[in-house]
Amino acid sequence: MNERGANAAATDTATIAYVLRLGDDALIASHRLGELVSRAPQLEEDVALANIALDLLGQARSLLTCAGRMEEQLTGVLRTEDDLAYLRDEQQFTNCRLVELPNTDFAHTIARQLLFSGYAFELYAALRDSADDTLAGIAGKAVKELSYHRDHAARWTVRLGDGTRESRERMKAGLDAAWPYTDELFAADQVTRSVSEAGTGVDPARLRPAWEEFLAQALSDAGLDWPETAPITGPGGMGGRDGVHTEAFGYLLAEMQHLHRSHPGAAW
Amino acid sequence: MAETENGDRWRERFDAMIAAEERIEPRDHMPDDYRRTLVRQIAQHAHSEIIGMQPEGNWITRAPSLNRKAVLIAKVQDEAGHGLYLYSAAETLGVTRAELLDLLHEGRQRYSSIFNYPTVSWADVGAIGWLVDGAAITNQVPLCRCSYGPYARAMVRICKEESFHQRQGFEMLYVLARGTDAQKAMAQGAVDRWYWPSLMMFGPPDSESSHSERSMAYKIKRFSNDELRQKFVDIIAPQAEVLGLTLPDPDLRWNGERGHYDFGPIDWSEFNRVLKGEGPCNRQRLEHRRAAHAEGAWVREAARVHAAKQAARAEREKENAA
Ligand SMILES: [Fe+2]
Ligand SMILES: [Fe+2]
Repeated sequence: MNERGANAAATDTATIAYVLRLGDDALIASHRLGELVSRAPQLEEDVALANIALDLLGQARSLLTCAGRMEEQLTGVLRTEDDLAYLRDEQQFTNCRLVELPNTDFAHTIARQLLFSGYAFELYAALRDSADDTLAGIAGKAVKELSYHRDHAARWTVRLGDGTRESRERMKAGLDAAWPYTDELFAADQVTRSVSEAGTGVDPARLRPAWEEFLAQALSDAGLDWPETAPITGPGGMGGRDGVHTEAFGYLLAEMQHLHRSHPGAAW
Repeated sequence: MAETENGDRWRERFDAMIAAEERIEPRDHMPDDYRRTLVRQIAQHAHSEIIGMQPEGNWITRAPSLNRKAVLIAKVQDEAGHGLYLYSAAETLGVTRAELLDLLHEGRQRYSSIFNYPTVSWADVGAIGWLVDGAAITNQVPLCRCSYGPYARAMVRICKEESFHQRQGFEMLYVLARGTDAQKAMAQGAVDRWYWPSLMMFGPPDSESSHSERSMAYKIKRFSNDELRQKFVDIIAPQAEVLGLTLPDPDLRWNGERGHYDFGPIDWSEFNRVLKGEGPCNRQRLEHRRAAHAEGAWVREAARVHAAKQAARAEREKENAA
């Protein structure tokens, strides 16, 4: 293989890894919201949370399918969306840890949604210009959905922040709990460097200013301070992108994958 | 006396509208027992939609493929939407959603007993779609012609979605019935468990139904419980053959003379047990609802207080501007 060929292959591997982590983010974010259906504070929220879960699941399916096809071109072996969702182990998932945080209460869910959808909105807005047409297409649809998701989260942040003393305390606690996992969203690594050079992906650090601006507006409307809890890094500085997750994640996967894995090869 | 004459006149008009198949609208005068009957039925129907989210919601996090997971979330979301339409329809009769929810949570209003059965396997999701949504449609299609306008219109929207759910359930069982031995057994087990309860969804036999007569006279109800049950059996018996699954009734067979399927006797003692609150999940379903409502109280309160603060701020701004 000549040098250009080797570079192209490295880019492809990085692109696959990149698309996979976006797919994992959406898949796990959707799963956590799916846990809440029939448990929301009011019927309208059951509808809204299910709606958001469905959008994210749709994004996850497109992204995982896309990653599987890219991989097939490289390896000749196709992994479907279900292979990727149900047959990988915990360490093979590269979603950020933020999306796997549990639904401790409604404020924790809203905080997680606010921080994640604010980020994902900027990400997909940028990815509309991806050199990869499939990814650009997925981003074009996702950005519209995320614009609603972040608006939904921002509105609730304001209601809870401005509402009662209790709701304000809970919203603060939710933000404090999720905040330590936000650095991971903007961290660069081999994968992001490679895809941003190739123009298929974006340098996540580039997304931070707009995300902070969105957040500052939401927090100020809510009368809440900027969270100050310190970042939580995983062992050896590793985190979700390296396949090192929070303890809660193993239980999430156990529940999600159990039935599928109990019937190897079955069609559903 | 003038008042009585007036009263008699609106009553005559109401009866004439019912007889002429015209729609009664919220602003029309209506007899108290017509209103009461409707509130009871619409509330029970709305409660059934939202309690019904639980047995299927139980499988969202474990759905065995992403496609099935998406279909299931969309379905449970539809049921929440049905709850919303129906509570709104009830509100046109002068009750609020909050009042009706309190009555549900206090156990003073009912929901369909079918949801007091557990979903113990993934195939139960398919069986619910095919049999429970199927029975619901059979019950509800005639309600699209119900004499009360807002209820009839809500039912038109709901029935469209329910028939979608029924087809999805059927399709899911179809795939399972053609899958591995374990999947086939799962599908048959689910049908065995849900068949009889789904027949009971049409309510007690006509000879013992307490509310039917009045509802029929008011054209809220169009067919009797037994007529609807027969209609349902006639639909699902041939569908079961297509699925390749057996309905657990040794007496089920086509009767050419009647032009209907005959079916075996229903164990009404079980129906009454579940109705009395002694079904497998009565407590669990109500507890889940109460817990969600109680845990959400601070959120609803925050939204209310925020809205009030917003209004006050807008008011102040207006004054300052003036
Ligand atoms: Fe429904
Ligand atoms: Fe349904």
